[in-house]
Amino acid sequence: MLFIGIAIVFIPLVSVERKGIVALATVIGIAMVSSIPAIASLTGNPFEYVLQGSQITGRIPVRIDALSGWFILVLNFTFITGAWYGLQYMKAYRQQREMLSLHAISYILVFAGLIAISALQHSMAFLIAWEIMALSSFFLIIFERHRAEVIKAGINYLIQSHVCIILLTLGFIWVAMNENSYDFNAIAQFTEKRPSSVGLALFLCLFSGFAIKAGFVPFHTWLPYAHPAAPAHVSGVMSGVIIKIGIYGILRMLLLVRTDFLVLGYILLFLSVLTGIYGVMLAIIQHNLKKLLAYHSIENIGIIGMAIGLGCIGIGKGNPGLVALGFSGALLHTLNHSLFKSLLFYSAGHVYQATHTMDIEKLGGLVKKMPHTTLLFLVASLAICGLPPFNGFVSEFLIYTGMFRALPGSDFALLSLLVLGFFGLALIGGLAMFCFTKAVGTVFLGSPRHPFAHDPGEAGWAKLMPMYVIVVLLLGIGLFPGVFVSLLSKPVELYSFISSGNGLPGIFPAVETLSGIGWGAAIFLVLAGLIFWLRTRWVMNRVQTYDQTWACGYEGHTGKMQYTASSFVRAYRKLVEPVLSIHKKKKEITGIFPVTAGQETHPGDKIEEWFIDLPVKGLKKFFNRFIFLQNGNLQFYILYGVVFITLVLVLPLVIEYFSALIQFLNSI
Amino acid sequence: MISFILIILMSLIFTGIVIRTKSITSGRKGPGIFQPLKDLARLFKKGSVYSQTTSFIFQLAPSVYLASILMAVLVIPLGQYKGILSFEGDFVFFAYVLGAGKFFSILSAMDTGSSFEGMGASREALFSMFAEPAFFLLMGSFALLTGYTSFQQIFHSLHFGSSVSYVLMVLATYVLVMIALIENSRMPIDDPKTHLELTMVHEVMVLDNSGFDLGMILYGTPLKLAMYGGLIANLFMGDFPLVLTIPIFLGLQIAFAVTVGIIESFMARFRMNHNAQYILTLSSVSLLILLGVLLILGQFN
Repeated sequence: MLFIGIAIVFIPLVSVERKGIVALATVIGIAMVSSIPAIASLTGNPFEYVLQGSQITGRIPVRIDALSGWFILVLNFTFITGAWYGLQYMKAYRQQREMLSLHAISYILVFAGLIAISALQHSMAFLIAWEIMALSSFFLIIFERHRAEVIKAGINYLIQSHVCIILLTLGFIWVAMNENSYDFNAIAQFTEKRPSSVGLALFLCLFSGFAIKAGFVPFHTWLPYAHPAAPAHVSGVMSGVIIKIGIYGILRMLLLVRTDFLVLGYILLFLSVLTGIYGVMLAIIQHNLKKLLAYHSIENIGIIGMAIGLGCIGIGKGNPGLVALGFSGALLHTLNHSLFKSLLFYSAGHVYQATHTMDIEKLGGLVKKMPHTTLLFLVASLAICGLPPFNGFVSEFLIYTGMFRALPGSDFALLSLLVLGFFGLALIGGLAMFCFTKAVGTVFLGSPRHPFAHDPGEAGWAKLMPMYVIVVLLLGIGLFPGVFVSLLSKPVELYSFISSGNGLPGIFPAVETLSGIGWGAAIFLVLAGLIFWLRTRWVMNRVQTYDQTWACGYEGHTGKMQYTASSFVRAYRKLVEPVLSIHKKKKEITGIFPVTAGQETHPGDKIEEWFIDLPVKGLKKFFNRFIFLQNGNLQFYILYGVVFITLVLVLPLVIEYFSALIQFLNSI
Repeated sequence: MISFILIILMSLIFTGIVIRTKSITSGRKGPGIFQPLKDLARLFKKGSVYSQTTSFIFQLAPSVYLASILMAVLVIPLGQYKGILSFEGDFVFFAYVLGAGKFFSILSAMDTGSSFEGMGASREALFSMFAEPAFFLLMGSFALLTGYTSFQQIFHSLHFGSSVSYVLMVLATYVLVMIALIENSRMPIDDPKTHLELTMVHEVMVLDNSGFDLGMILYGTPLKLAMYGGLIANLFMGDFPLVLTIPIFLGLQIAFAVTVGIIESFMARFRMNHNAQYILTLSSVSLLILLGVLLILGQFN
């Protein structure tokens, strides 16, 4: 704490060049300190310390169990790469001294807040840490404050994150009122004594709060605005880990709330499939690269949610294998998503700094200018689509295996949900592939579509280094999945409280299977490399010529003739138009001498239109009825004041008089 | 191991048989069975022309594509005999590794900056996206029926018990044949022999590939077809000994090749903009299989 305090005071004082370094050093310092108990907890030594607290809060327990430990490690890694990358990324904004100070301080505060959230097990302290995290991430988002849409996105985020806090506060107050304790264990005591419907209601209340943070449909609407507005490393960190704290909250509550887990699992699984499919369906039609990535975060939250739902069903059914597969899939996908999504956002940041646009339709042919960025984006895309040999496949594989294992001996309701589950997951996989071939293909490949004032160039090595570190981990998890999943055995064991603590036999065959996919991934990599090497050796001795792309003999090839992102998704757009809301402006070619023609599509978000815009419109309409009050006359305003004061003074008297009258009448 | 060798062998003559069937049905003399092989050998010897627009992805993609198919072939069993790679949930690996290859082939098409190839890439991505759920539903139903989740265990324990299961086999064969045709861009979805770029799917994606790379991509087609043929053959093997499985395997593969030839001779291609809906109906056929499995398991009583 002291450490953070010193750093925060220190940052505004040091010169612009050093601000980032101080921030990075602080982040690394916090990470090192917090990693010690985190690693200890993963090896089976949970850390517990009780802070004295004050009279209001009571004693504040700090517990780092295996679940917190896992999340702290995930946080640490992404925040370090984020700070490292951000140090380089922010060099472009050196003239804005004060903003940089604020930015660096907020970054450290978000990090500290997140670590505190994962460690504190006391609802009031938890909420305070949550508020620190929410407010400082607001400052992170609005770094480019002179742009109107950035401020708008920031305020949208601020409001929604406070709705989230209200829901959490309600849930915690409900418990604290009955149990008179802010300790998280009170939640367990509270729900144990009551029927399972109370537990379910409490969980759903807290879940809606956490779901806003995590971005479950229909609570996701802030996410696609906030991510494109923030600087690249902030988007990476936000999408990678800050929204994951919602997942942490859900997982933590699952450890505490005692209720009917089967029903819970059904609800979670259904909502998550919906989230996953809806997220990726909207991602495909986006024109803004960062917005596209933001919708993919929603999709991946859906995948994590599916795994959690599966784990809950496992608890409900008393099936330890399913519990192991579900929760290890969820935790591993949390790590995986934080890795590849931060990598994607960092690469998008390179593109933004090189071209100053995020409009996919204007980009193209960047591979020749930025080969490293292209490679990094490509690797991350393969990973996010869940394709071997990268890490995304491992966690999706765990979820698939879980669903197929749950199939035998399930009743009809579970069966139809599971079928929906793997149908959804397969569809999500296909759609994600569609989306990322579009993104990589139009942004990086082909030839340029738009002239830029500055020739785009590759980012420096200092920027690329943290990204290659992430790639090593992406590949490492893909090739040695067994190692990482066995790390998860302690956090997953926490969930075996239902199956009377006789360990988790289910996870060990899973590890064995995982060595199978590890081998598969390795062979695939070697085989592809070998074929490519042989081919290169073979082709070297033949004639190789370079010429124009084949265009049916047409020679005047320009970049405008390329397939654009919109045309790539046109067939898909036609199919989904009835489901999604896509606003189209079209100007047809008319007459003998046509002048101009054009077509624009603006992807909207139907759920946002229904759940946010419509109620807001209704509210506005309602409040507009009182607009006559605000008529601009000073005399009227003074009159309102006088009326108010008179009412305040007179009303109690009137009430007293009336009650006396009634008493008098009664006495007669 | 045996299945791998058999599939590789079969892939050498697969397109030959298809072409031979087509020439017989249309009353032409036609080329011999080994003609496609000779064409491949000629391509391998040729030099290449690359587009100036392309990057390293274009060079890398054909190798990854071929490697992905070979990887997928590795997990195919032969009745009770395991494939080289076999583990729980290996069919997920099968589908996703093929996806990795497809990802690269789509990207290589986008890499050329050609309007035709972008069109083909878009179609390929869309169609394969819709085919994937059907495959998973099919395998999910089998997993439900047998209680296992690896190719070898599923096929080993599939048994022909009641009359419903025969219907299931027919439906499963239909789904697998259709998926094979979609994945290879064959006849009712795409006409590999069309001469108009606007109506192509797969062929238009490889317009700019030449020489060795084109050879690898073209070899991918019979390899993939033989792989799906192997999968279909596995439906009918159960736990027969090797003496029986090899003839069954070869016989069914040849029958599959002849079927493809006949389909291509007598059917017209579907309208391009209706393909997506058509492919989605495969999922409903798979759903029928699932219902059939439930019927066998007595879930409806």
